Amino acid sequence: MIKRDECLKSLVTKIADDEVVVAAYTTAFELDAIRPSPFNFISSGAMGLTSSHALGFALAWPDRRIILLDGDGSLLMNLGSLVTNANAAPKNLIHFVFENGTYEANGGHPIPGQDSVNFAGMADSAGYNNCHEISDMAGFESSIGSILQEEGPTFVTIKCETGEEYPQDYRYMHSAKIREEFAEAVKDF
Amino acid sequence: MSDSLTGSLIIQAVKESGVKTVLTVPDKTTADGLLRPIAADTDLRHVRTCKEDETIGISAALSYSGQRSLILIQYTGLLYSMNAIRAVAVEYQTPICLMVGLLGKEPGVLPTESKRYGVRIIEPILDAMGIAHHVIETDDDIGKITPAINTAYETSSPVAMLIGRPPLAS
Repeated sequence: MIKRDECLKSLVTKIADDEVVVAAYTTAFELDAIRPSPFNFISSGAMGLTSSHALGFALAWPDRRIILLDGDGSLLMNLGSLVTNANAAPKNLIHFVFENGTYEANGGHPIPGQDSVNFAGMADSAGYNNCHEISDMAGFESSIGSILQEEGPTFVTIKCETGEEYPQDYRYMHSAKIREEFAEAVKDF
Repeated sequence: MSDSLTGSLIIQAVKESGVKTVLTVPDKTTADGLLRPIAADTDLRHVRTCKEDETIGISAALSYSGQRSLILIQYTGLLYSMNAIRAVAVEYQTPICLMVGLLGKEPGVLPTESKRYGVRIIEPILDAMGIAHHVIETDDDIGKITPAINTAYETSSPVAMLIGRPPLAS
C-alpha cells in the first residue's frame, strides 16, 4: 500500500514549479506542506467540486498541464464529473484519485463500496483517454514518468493509506488570502 | 410593452457581456429558445455537464483566467447547487452568472406569486443568500442582462437571471 505523502513527495519532483495542482481537503494540506506554492489551488467549500474546478482550469489554459489530486470520497460526491470531464476531453488534464476508502476529512468513515468500487474502471467507461490503477510505490515510480506524458484526459487511481500527519489549518484553507495568492500567481498565464 | 421573450436577443446580450463559454444542464423552459441555438453557436464554447453544481466549479476556475462564462440551468438545478453557490460564489466572492429557467411559472405572474412552490421560493432564497437577481420575462427585460453580467465580474459576486417564460427560438 502506498503512503499518500510519500507518493506526493515523489510526484512533486516530476512537475514544474509553475504547474497548477488542484487538490482537495486532506490531500491539499499535505500538498501545501510538501510543495508550498501559490500554484496550488485548494478546492474547498463544497466537497466534490475538485474535479470540476480542474476541468475549468484545463479549459482555461489548454497549453498548460493541470494536475488534479482528488479524493475517493470527493469524487463519489461528483461522480458525473467523470463523464463531463471525459466529454470535454481536455488533453492537458491528469486526474489522480487517492483512494483510501474513507471520507477522511469527515471522521474517516468508509465510503460506500469501499472494497468493491473500481474507480479506474468507471473512468474508463466514462471515456477518459487513459486509465491506470497503482497500488505500490514501485509501480508508481516505474510508470509515473510515462503517465505524465500521456495525452489526456488521463485518470490514475492510487490505492493508498495516510502517511505522516500534517498541519490542517482550515481557517487558512477557507481564507481569501489563499485564493488571492493563486490569482496573483496565474495572472500572466 | 412586449409580451414575448426572444432567445436570440438574450444570446446577443450575453455575448455583449464578453461571455465565451456556456455551461449547461438542460431545462425545458430554455431548451429550444436558448440551449439549442447556444449549442449550435460556433462563437460560444458549450460545455454540457451532468449535474448543476459542476458548473459552479468550472465557472469559478475559468474566472481565474479572466474568461467569462454563463451557467444555464433550471430552478430545480439552482436548488440542487445551493451549497456550491453558498461556498464558492457567495463566501468566496466569485463571479458566477446564473441564467435560470423558471419551469412552470405562469407568464406575466411574479415568481413569488406563482402557484408552483418551487418557483415561489427562488427569489426569497436568493435574497436570504444576498445574491442579486433579475427577472427576464419579456424583451423589455433583456437590457438587464449585459449590465448584470458586467457587474458580477466587476464586483466578483454572483448574479441570477431568472427566465420567466420560454424564450422564442428566433
